[in-house]
Amino acid sequence: MIRALRAIAGRDLRLALRLGSETMTVLVFFVLTVILFPFGVGPAPETLAKIAPGILWVTALLASMLSLERLFAGDYEDGSLEWLSLAPVPLELVVLSKALAHWLTTGLPLVVMAPVLGVLLHLDPAGTLTMIAAMALGTPALTLIGAIGAALTLGARRGGVLLSLLVLPLYIPVLIFGVSAVDAAIFGLGAGPRLLILGGLALFALALAPFAAAAALRQAIE
Amino acid sequence: MAEFAGDALACIRAERLVFQGLSFTLAAGGALRLTGPNGSGKSSLLRVMAGFIRPAAGSLTWDGADVTKDREAHGARLAFIGHLDAAKPVLTVDESVRFWARLYGAEDPAATTEKALEAFDLLRLADFPVRLLSSGQRRRLALARLLAAPAKLWLLDEPTTGLDAASVARLETVIARHREAGGLVVLATHTDIALPEAETLALEDFAPEPAFADEETA
Repeated sequence: MIRALRAIAGRDLRLALRLGSETMTVLVFFVLTVILFPFGVGPAPETLAKIAPGILWVTALLASMLSLERLFAGDYEDGSLEWLSLAPVPLELVVLSKALAHWLTTGLPLVVMAPVLGVLLHLDPAGTLTMIAAMALGTPALTLIGAIGAALTLGARRGGVLLSLLVLPLYIPVLIFGVSAVDAAIFGLGAGPRLLILGGLALFALALAPFAAAAALRQAIE
Repeated sequence: MAEFAGDALACIRAERLVFQGLSFTLAAGGALRLTGPNGSGKSSLLRVMAGFIRPAAGSLTWDGADVTKDREAHGARLAFIGHLDAAKPVLTVDESVRFWARLYGAEDPAATTEKALEAFDLLRLADFPVRLLSSGQRRRLALARLLAAPAKLWLLDEPTTGLDAASVARLETVIARHREAGGLVVLATHTDIALPEAETLALEDFAPEPAFADEETA
């Protein structure tokens, strides 16, 4: 099981490194969009500091959605998915391995970049650590929930539009608790409970997403 | 002993009946050649056999047990090569085959990969990225997975597409060896490929009767 997980995740990481486009797309989108905000709302530090957690979370969420469509599409189009589904490992594990590789290449860069962009937006330093923690807990949930949407929209024309419509509503709880955790830390209210809820959301997605996505993949290769 | 059988199978694709009343039996070491004009359902039958599509009617059994009940166990004993080569352009030939060897739990992925590449004369290309391969070489790469990821039952959909005569001969050798070891092969093809003592299933024999015939009998 662990061997199969390493084989699949390792292959996906290697593919991502050689192509390099996925990580770059996500990061460039994240950075550019955040940089635009000071121009849009004005450079006043107090205004920016006030909306910084929201900006960072909303942009991170949109950025992570950008790369979702390709999560299974490549394997679906070239026939690899059929072979993966026949492999002597559960399809649920295949989903989990691919989601892990996807998070490492698109989620983790967001976690690393968020505090840097936070400085740019005058994010209160008291919120920085919580921002990192919240992102580290929230982005895996985004990837896992997104995997369900990506599997469901495989083979659909204009799947990208459908994918956003399916996935965005499910992202909202992560967004709410992600932002409120950072705000709580800034106002000294204690971010603990909110981070726990974020962790709970991630675990819930971890338990549910592999099964839901695997079921959708079986439909797709019919 | 391994026995793969289908009884009175029917398949519906896009609300159209593709074939019906199709039965076959395949014992260990046996081979089944599927023939028929384009669109007669060869690929659909192979996909039904692989468990990707549920048969609309009839049953599919392995040693008497219904395979649609346990798709995972069935998947573990079969290899399916469809029209697509499942090759990633940026990986090398060696990496592609080794991935499947590792995923299918080979004891020694490196040695298994080497053997598989050798059987299809790909060793010299081992370090080439897949995007530089010709279509025939890609096809051979796809076929090499048969040896990297061993399975009892091989389902091959037009495996000879794009292959030169020497490669077809190699495939024939590989299939013969697989059958000697008790493996089963189902192969859909338009070209000549030597399959000694293979049974032939002509898909056009199982085409649904035209609609007007139904009205007459009704």
